[in-house]
Amino acid sequence: MSEPVRILTGRWREPDTVWIDRYLETGGYEGLRRALAMSPQEVIEVVKASGLRGRGGAGFPTGVKWSFVPQDTGKPTYLVVNFDESEPGTFNNRELVERDPHQFLEGAIIAAYAVQSHTAFIYCRGEFLWPGRILERVVAEAYDRGFLGRDILGSGYDLEVVIHRGAGAYICGEETALLSSLEGYRGQPRLRPPFPAVEGLYASPTLINNVETLSNVPHILVNGPEWFRGFGPEKSPGTKLFSVSGKVERPGNYEAPMGTPARVVIEEMAGGVLGGKRLKAWTPGGSSTPFLTAEHLDVGLDFESIQAAGSLLGTGAIMVCDETDCMVEVTRRLLQFYAHESCGKCTPCREGTWWVVRVLGRIEAGAGRPEDLPLLDDQCTNMLFRGFCALVDGAVSPMSSSLAYFRDEYEAHVREHRCPVTGRGPGLVAEQGAREEAPAATTVPSWADLAEELG
Amino acid sequence: MAVLTPELRAEAERIKARYPAGRERSAIMPLLYLVQSVEGRVTQDGLREVASLLGITTAEVEAVAGFYTMIRLRPTGRYVVSVCTNLACALRGARGVLEAARRTAGVPTDGELSEDGLFTVHEEECLAACDAAPVVAVNFANYDRMTEATVSELIEALRRGEEPPPARGPFPGDFRLVSRLLAGVPESVGAGAPEATATAEEPLR
Ligand SMILES: Cc1cc2nc3c(=O)[nH]c(=O)nc-3n(C[C@H](O)[C@H](O)[C@H](O)COP(=O)(O)O)c2cc1C
Ligand code: SF4
Ligand code: FES
Repeated sequence: MSEPVRILTGRWREPDTVWIDRYLETGGYEGLRRALAMSPQEVIEVVKASGLRGRGGAGFPTGVKWSFVPQDTGKPTYLVVNFDESEPGTFNNRELVERDPHQFLEGAIIAAYAVQSHTAFIYCRGEFLWPGRILERVVAEAYDRGFLGRDILGSGYDLEVVIHRGAGAYICGEETALLSSLEGYRGQPRLRPPFPAVEGLYASPTLINNVETLSNVPHILVNGPEWFRGFGPEKSPGTKLFSVSGKVERPGNYEAPMGTPARVVIEEMAGGVLGGKRLKAWTPGGSSTPFLTAEHLDVGLDFESIQAAGSLLGTGAIMVCDETDCMVEVTRRLLQFYAHESCGKCTPCREGTWWVVRVLGRIEAGAGRPEDLPLLDDQCTNMLFRGFCALVDGAVSPMSSSLAYFRDEYEAHVREHRCPVTGRGPGLVAEQGAREEAPAATTVPSWADLAEELG
Repeated sequence: MAVLTPELRAEAERIKARYPAGRERSAIMPLLYLVQSVEGRVTQDGLREVASLLGITTAEVEAVAGFYTMIRLRPTGRYVVSVCTNLACALRGARGVLEAARRTAGVPTDGELSEDGLFTVHEEECLAACDAAPVVAVNFANYDRMTEATVSELIEALRRGEEPPPARGPFPGDFRLVSRLLAGVPESVGAGAPEATATAEEPLR
């Protein structure tokens, strides 16, 4: 059993570290003090040197992103914290806010100082009612103690923070859609470039960072970039909070150095597959990252290694399926998510996800035809990279990877008109499918109509 | 017909003032939540009122409102019961939980609203609480590790007027009150700052 590392989760063991007194007693806001004693440029250099990479999914180097924010535009600069966490399987931002909210707030203040922003917005997922209430209190506490507002800690630096709640749309996690939403429009992505760093909120320079990314920042300021690089591989330094769920004994968030083998996280930390069953498939970074299998358990959980294994580290959300789970059903359910959440802007995404759900549903229901598999392959090709944003690429991930690894299972569904894993035949599945939610703004025929239509 | 009282109109002005001058349109979502906290949903009157507060057309407001699932344009129950059926919850029996919730609440097969109008039950996407799968949220307060039996008990308790404690935080109240919290004006309903969190009592990893 490897010794757990606790940086981001250092305060999780103690009750009551949520509010500011305990936070200060446990070293809180020391990172901010150090930052304010440096020039903004020096702060950026420290974060650059640490090698910290964004935890929101794309892994972009954080310090580099900060350095892209221009300082001479004559417009205000904004910081937007992305707390919209909605990637299926991901729940580390929520727990970071519920258990140690000042940690990320401190990181946000440091980030705002580094890019010389005087207004920061925290875009809080609408469904996060309780985490949002916690934010309200910690922001008020920070104002009270002089960590926010005018002349922070006597440095002459001012920062206002506004909490903005979303209202239920996965796409608003995508940074440009988030900005549209924050400006009061439908949450639809915008063209990049111009990148938000240059032209973001209200067409002004805007830095957007994820909650976990920012939670690392105070520690880097206090302990230095070399210390941070002491964890994880060279290109993916630091620790990561892995959200483990599905068929494991102990689902939860587990902190481990980047590069920790998936086996350690799944088997040691999360207690292994539920009921001692065999692992069948797992996502390394949420539903938008291609499935991996039992063969990949020794791959290190870092950006490079996971990519070399054919997937993506994404948000580090590990969802585990076992030998009793039907991969057609699993894939259909995930695709239903994308069909529901597609913002409708582009055809390959809006129509593609909708059709794929129908074809997968048909196979699942035992009504699949031999030509359905090449049809799905074709649909993958016609969707991947054909959308305006990465949502549609995320939709292709579970589909193309399950088709690659579990093709025999799809074929058996078609051949035997039933699920080779669960044994379920058409009756059961059709009953279940009849109540599936329809994609927005489309009239969906009932499952029975569909079966007729599809022959 | 005016939806907001003079006091709430003053609240609306304070909400607009959260955003930079000239950028008041950003307040559209909290304003929709504010209207929803009065109407229990958002009606045409509510859309019109938000439009007049922002100086934009009702059609523009409706286009935005229609995009977001937490702004309810249709009749909505006192309790919105969201059953997550995304993968992590599905793998642990969410389908049965959804069926039980619909049955106990008395929701017709082709709808979301219970016959007595008390509950809106709907399928939800991942609630970012997959460690506690299957998850059910009532007015956005989570109940963890639900089964067919516990979700039925939960709904029965709500029907009796009880306030079953959620996994974290206090019971948030009915849908109108919760919409007020979402507008970010808890003081207007006497909800103070949140107190000691139940989070700390959870098993620590
Ligand atoms: C469809 C989609 C959804 C996304 N959802 C989130 C999200 O919920 N939270 C998040 O931090 N990033 C999300 N992202 C990534 C953001 O666009 C952005 O890269 C990130 O917030 C940048 O922060 P970071 O550099 O700190 O990682 C999403 C991206 C896409 C394409
Ligand atoms: S790819 Fe999908 S979610 Fe992204 S902009 Fe196009 S339709 Fe919208
Ligand atoms: S899948 Fe249900 S909470 Fe994440």
